[in-house]
Amino acid sequence: MKIGVVRFPGSSCEVDCLEAWRLVGEDPVMIWHQETSVKGFDLIVLPGGFSYGNYLRPGSIARYSPIMEDVIRFAKSGGLVWGISNGFQILTECGLLPGAFLRNVGLRYICAPQYLRVENSDLPFTNQYEKGRLIQIPISHGEGNYTIDDEGLKRLQDNNQIVFRYVNTDTSGNPNGSRDNIAGIVNKEGNVLGMMPHPERAVEEIIGSVDGREMFLSILKHWEGRSQGGA
Amino acid sequence: MEPKIWRDMGLSDDEYQRIEKLMGREPNFLEVGIFSVMWSEHCSYKTSKPVLKKFPTEGPQVLQGPGENAGIVDIGDDLAVAFKMESHNHPSAVEPYQGAATGVGGILRDVFTMGARPVAVLNSLRFGPLTEENNKYLLDGVVSGISGYGNSIGIPTVGGDVYFHSSYNGNPLVNAMAIGLLEHKDIAKGVATGVGNPVMVVGAKTGRDGIHGATFASVELSEEAQPPAVQAGDPFMEKLLMEACLELIQSGAVVGIQDMGAAGLTSSSSEMASRGNSGIEMELSLVPCRETGMTPYEIMLSESQERMLIVPQAGREKEVEEVFARWGLEATVVGRVTDDGMLRLLEKGRLVAEIPVKALTDEAPVYHRPSQEPDYYQKLKNTKLENIELKDSAENVLLALISSPTIASKEWIYRQYDYQVGTNTVVAPGGDAAVLRVRGTSKAIAMTTDCNSRYVYLDPYIGGILAVVEAAQNIVCVGAKPLAITDCLNFGNPERPEIFWQFEQACAGVAEACRALNTPVTGGNVSLYNETLGQAVYPTPMIGMIGLLEDLGQVLKNQLSSEGEQLYLVGEAEGELAGSEYLARFEQLEAGSLPEPDLKEIKKRLDFILEGNKQGLLLAAHDISEGGLAVCLAEMTINCGAEIDIKSGNELKVLFGERLGRIIISVAKEKTAALETLAQKCHIPLTHLGSSKGKNLRIKVGGQECLDVPLSQYRPLYESTIRKIMEG
Repeated sequence: MKIGVVRFPGSSCEVDCLEAWRLVGEDPVMIWHQETSVKGFDLIVLPGGFSYGNYLRPGSIARYSPIMEDVIRFAKSGGLVWGISNGFQILTECGLLPGAFLRNVGLRYICAPQYLRVENSDLPFTNQYEKGRLIQIPISHGEGNYTIDDEGLKRLQDNNQIVFRYVNTDTSGNPNGSRDNIAGIVNKEGNVLGMMPHPERAVEEIIGSVDGREMFLSILKHWEGRSQGGA
Repeated sequence: MEPKIWRDMGLSDDEYQRIEKLMGREPNFLEVGIFSVMWSEHCSYKTSKPVLKKFPTEGPQVLQGPGENAGIVDIGDDLAVAFKMESHNHPSAVEPYQGAATGVGGILRDVFTMGARPVAVLNSLRFGPLTEENNKYLLDGVVSGISGYGNSIGIPTVGGDVYFHSSYNGNPLVNAMAIGLLEHKDIAKGVATGVGNPVMVVGAKTGRDGIHGATFASVELSEEAQPPAVQAGDPFMEKLLMEACLELIQSGAVVGIQDMGAAGLTSSSSEMASRGNSGIEMELSLVPCRETGMTPYEIMLSESQERMLIVPQAGREKEVEEVFARWGLEATVVGRVTDDGMLRLLEKGRLVAEIPVKALTDEAPVYHRPSQEPDYYQKLKNTKLENIELKDSAENVLLALISSPTIASKEWIYRQYDYQVGTNTVVAPGGDAAVLRVRGTSKAIAMTTDCNSRYVYLDPYIGGILAVVEAAQNIVCVGAKPLAITDCLNFGNPERPEIFWQFEQACAGVAEACRALNTPVTGGNVSLYNETLGQAVYPTPMIGMIGLLEDLGQVLKNQLSSEGEQLYLVGEAEGELAGSEYLARFEQLEAGSLPEPDLKEIKKRLDFILEGNKQGLLLAAHDISEGGLAVCLAEMTINCGAEIDIKSGNELKVLFGERLGRIIISVAKEKTAALETLAQKCHIPLTHLGSSKGKNLRIKVGGQECLDVPLSQYRPLYESTIRKIMEG
């Protein structure tokens, strides 16, 4: 599978994403934001971090990076796009996903382990999970409070576009005030996913959790099925 | 020249005379300004130098000792760790967010300047009690500043320490430590050599912020003190600068590189020339400025952030420009290296300053300040503590101690720091020391910051020893071997003999412990004049220590995880009341005579823990520090209770007495025999305490049940105290 991770100025999780893909045996490449084509790629990852310092609004400047025009074209033609944290914010800014972000309730940055419920396991990104499974994937953001209007929310719910919700365990719950406890959503077509938690930080026991691994394996599984089907 | 001019810049009359003599003429305004910052305590170490000379700085592991932007130690496999700690106390007192943020930015530059990629930041913070609104405001602002800068630049903030004490009212301490990884071949230095090589300013433009910041850092804070504009940090700019600098260093085009920190262009250019035994000539009109009409004086003294001075090989200027342009940054040739030993400054071709470089650096005055034992020392030392008894039930004392902000969990703070980015954080904040794996190897590095300033106040020499011992214990408790330290020496006004005495004594203690534990000092920072309205902070020689784990798989936790783990105490059961949290809290007394630690014995115990871990005998380890054995056990039993039986001893001294050199370890049942044998072989006092069991912490002393608390009662207190205070 040909995987590209876009590096914007100010990105900080791009190397972590590369390493996570390497752990499942892939050989991903970094794409500099000033490039203009993602031709030939099977998956584009928009990583976390502070693209352009998150000045103005998180993701609002990165969406104008030269590479984004082709990422949008790629997504619209059915290509897989995965935005994590700042990547999710960029996806809402460029209109590939609905909604927007506010500062966390409490107005503080939060870095902590977090429980999520897998709400939709019928996607290229989540097929290795069981629906309803609780997984622990850390969050790390200051502006992860997802918001959307009533109509938009209803559409997300009706189309089964809510992929992950924040859930309660002993201490955690909705950490940031997100509407309907939303932690991750997918577009209507199911090929563009945005999520605030960081699955690339949950791929090894030694760093605290392995619950994120299935996302990487899901994508590979989906890809194998597709490429075999296509052959 | 009017004396008012140099006096306002912080120079004494004697110092001005010295300048005239060194120059052989009357200096102009700009030249006096340059001398004043270079001879400030912050840049010249004029007071501390004679004392710092006594630190051990050498060892086979040391690749770079004091004198550079950061120290470097070898960790094998051709890899090395660069690290350094620095204070940003006064800016943080004035503007906590920007003060702390730029503290982080500055220390990161010190590390990537050496060619190392920063992998972690730690912060050592001291505030007045949180019962006062201003201290809450300062804590909130400082934590936000660290979070805002560190998170944005994408380097994990993985640890540190925080204490609250009234001596820090109005003068908080904000010390930041950065750690970087590099290959031996990439070590870069702050030298200007090679006549004709260009001198380039890179990164942010120069503005009027922070002019005379170094001088401000070297005076007491008072109500009238006019602080300069505290510098504003731009982590995005710094991230670009970091990536560009590391890329450039790897290209091999760099002869020398230095951060423009305190005293900006002045200190970077003169220090680089001084180390290179060369001169530097600069045309100041070429320096990219953010504001119009900046004078040579303002350009030379600006402390605008996120700038570096680079000397590349002649002919490779274009390469430098291209690397920086790729990251959207400017790189501008502003001068060249000469061989005449002068710092020569021109403004549109007109000579505006010409100073022998060595006059600014090596010829700076050195003061041997008078030193005098303060009156309080003997008085507190001789305070009788024999009749002190347990004031309340042991349960209530434990709950009170564990919910005091200094001891309670710092989760409210570190939750605001991205401690995971980089996905190398193996032991996150909350452990005894932070642990980061070194990718591509089986190794990990451990790091911690420590200093109990109450001990240092009561006995600066012993307190200095204990600061290093505590750091080493924390490193050993995660399974790592202590390698070296950096320090940040925070004291009051050294012109007062009793403060200078504290400084001398504490440094002697630090030196002694570093020799005994084989952890040389590789650099650091001195922050004097930490006083508000004539009141000095407690003497606080902060220690930042680095350790190495050869095998990442052998990292130790500090908490029990399942029933049936066997608990052992390494060391004595009883501690001392002198300087203890118990005494401070329940007797409102900070007094007593601290016993001099037996460093040989402590080293032996630490080596025993390392050996036991190497043999795979240990599950967890936690050192006994503030609050004593009961607090240590409570912290270890946050997830799983324990039943402890201590055969004999005074209840108060066993439960809440403090004495460093004691560590509690947990061992699997089947490994106990091997552990006991090893202890005998190494002549280690090892006592079986009990085992993990149930959901309560139960402690018997001398056959008497004296404490039985459900962890459902102390865990929430431990975890929520600071959050409740800060958020209500």
